[in-house]
Amino acid sequence: MFEQTDPSQVQLTPNGELKHFITTEHLSREILTEILDTADSFVDMSAKQVKKVPLLRGKTVVNLFFEASTRTLSTFELAAKRLSADVLNLNISTSSTSKGETLKDTLMTLHAMHSDMFVVRHSSSGAAHFIAEHVTPDVAVINAGDGRHAHPTQAMLDMLTIRQAKGEFAPLSVAIVGDILHSRVARSQIHALRTLGVTDIRVIAPNTLLPSHIESLGVKVYTNMQQGIKDVDVVMMLRLQKERMNSALLPSESEFYRLYGLTMDKLALAKPDAIVMHPGPINRGVEIASSVADCERSLILDQVTNGIAVRMAVMSMAMSGQAKSRPILTGEEL
Amino acid sequence: MNILIKNGRVIDPANNVDANTNLFISNGTIAGIGEALDDFTADQIIDASNQIVCPGLVDICAHAREPGPSQKGSIKTESMAAIAGGITTFITPPTTSPIVDTPAVAELIKDRCAEAGKMTIRPMGALTKGLKGEQLAPMAALASSGCIAFTNTRKAFANSLVMMRCLEYAATHDLLVIFQAQDESLADGGCMHDGSTCTHLGLNGIPESAETIEVARCLLLTEQTGVRAHFGQLSCERSVRMITEAQDKGLPVTADVSIQNLLLTDENLNGFNNDFHLIPPLRSQLDRAGLIQGLLSGCIQAICSDHQPHERAAKEAPFADTESGMIGLETLLPLSLLLVEQKMLDLPQLIAKLTSAPAKILGLPEGCLTVGSTANVCIFNTEEEWSLTADTSHSRGKNTPFMDYPLKGRVTHTVHKGEVVYSPS
Repeated sequence: MFEQTDPSQVQLTPNGELKHFITTEHLSREILTEILDTADSFVDMSAKQVKKVPLLRGKTVVNLFFEASTRTLSTFELAAKRLSADVLNLNISTSSTSKGETLKDTLMTLHAMHSDMFVVRHSSSGAAHFIAEHVTPDVAVINAGDGRHAHPTQAMLDMLTIRQAKGEFAPLSVAIVGDILHSRVARSQIHALRTLGVTDIRVIAPNTLLPSHIESLGVKVYTNMQQGIKDVDVVMMLRLQKERMNSALLPSESEFYRLYGLTMDKLALAKPDAIVMHPGPINRGVEIASSVADCERSLILDQVTNGIAVRMAVMSMAMSGQAKSRPILTGEEL
Repeated sequence: MNILIKNGRVIDPANNVDANTNLFISNGTIAGIGEALDDFTADQIIDASNQIVCPGLVDICAHAREPGPSQKGSIKTESMAAIAGGITTFITPPTTSPIVDTPAVAELIKDRCAEAGKMTIRPMGALTKGLKGEQLAPMAALASSGCIAFTNTRKAFANSLVMMRCLEYAATHDLLVIFQAQDESLADGGCMHDGSTCTHLGLNGIPESAETIEVARCLLLTEQTGVRAHFGQLSCERSVRMITEAQDKGLPVTADVSIQNLLLTDENLNGFNNDFHLIPPLRSQLDRAGLIQGLLSGCIQAICSDHQPHERAAKEAPFADTESGMIGLETLLPLSLLLVEQKMLDLPQLIAKLTSAPAKILGLPEGCLTVGSTANVCIFNTEEEWSLTADTSHSRGKNTPFMDYPLKGRVTHTVHKGEVVYSPS
């Protein structure tokens, strides 16, 4: 009885340009490809002596991390600095919220300081969406991970890594292995892979680590890793958090490793040129064997490098879209 | 004080009345229906031409928030919302602060309601002390202080033995028990129906089994203990089937459903709209169809608002961090009229679900226009188009997805104990 609003509208300007980056779902192949192409140009730049471009000069980027993070926060910070922005890192989990301030009040305070972009990580699904839609729609919001919902920049750096290694998306078979249930990364990867044309997406996990209705995302479900990994081109491992053992989801790390850990034996079932990826930080001997993590087919460190380029790409695109979506003041109004 | 309500379509399902006629009210009671009474001089005449005249609505579940957090609502404000919606009686769950587990709290609610003087609020008492599911609450004393039913809300019992003892004790005193069935461990802090929308949004889901397992346990222990039992706010199609089966075998259990679970599904949550954060959750299209089927078959007798006002801040956060529930007193009638417009029910059937049926479940004398009974009357039209707005709504809470939504059918007068307590013009 309520008209379903187009969910992509939150992230796009009326002209279809990116103004927030909250989820890979509902975005077109053109937009995702534009992100990858833009990121490619920054990959080249990062290898040069002078690593800066002035795209965000004079802009203030606030990294708002309500959840602890080292690698995502540092790559966002580097990305913003390479775009010449002023960067403020706020670790909110130890600051305002412990004093009882609401998320909205924290955001409104930062808004009053004339911030131009919020990079937000939060433990609640929908946090970035809430901020972009209801709190500060005129500030570009980049989702750096919200609950189990989405981690779109991680997914796009994975897409960039796949494209660099494989070229085309359509013919690929991709397996995502591990704790799908709690993973925002897996959800964002699945949406991005589908939009970019991959038709054979497999998720591999025991039933306790699979959300109900996961097949509604357009994936094939395997509970047996040997079957699931057979002949795939890309193996994307997920991090397994230690606390999963305490909530009756798994009997032990060693049993998980035996059944779902990526070893050379299991990798041998994939295509001979299959690549291995992991969003990090990796648990050696829990979800991945050291021999696999360190082999030449593992692109884990390329992912980190690409992370900076992809974040530069979405930050510059969202800032540009956001600027265009604001009303232009005429001389009289000024 | 004599009131004549003339030329309305009087619908009184309890007495099988549906006729264009007059209704006479004298000194707080229904004096007659139909031809003019001898010795009746009206002090006030209400022309109800082209309007429906029915018993004041009886809402089997609505939160007034008093005693408790006054920023969410009070008996005074929520009474106003109720009569603006044609509701003259509503039942409040014991989840106030303090909880209704001592006679003093029940008395306080009665007193505050009498002070507000606009309508009747009757409290449900807690089944266990502090709703902790461990020790019996003083049910007999609570009943003498005005509690008309007992519930542990959705809070868990320590174990099935405690639950059985509660039911045995309630049965001893012939008290009505209301189950708001949800297994706390299976619900696991979830905030929406565990379906594909939930998987997309990455929220914690509440599986259907959280309700149905508890319904099964409640049905078995109801049968064993012989307690009078009612199921509040069902959300699953399978619960309807289980309760229907029990009813068919002769177990005298009853059930209600909120109007929102009859109209909406979990797909409404796409886009993380916090106003749809409800417990029990909005479920699938199949569940919604099952609830409607249960309403039509008679398995579910009553429709309620499950009114839960909140202050703005309680809804201004990421979805899972918000408090659940929506306001519904003022929209219960117009939204329920959609069921008539969609030809699922006729108007007298709908009015029965909102008046006589809930009154009968609760054993209340209200919900009818029987001569000699207390004059609680709702007069409304079915045609006026209007919208609830934040400025004009009476509840302290403004949390509903139906804010500014086009509604059809509006209350024009509410009469409580023979006095016109609400009339918008």
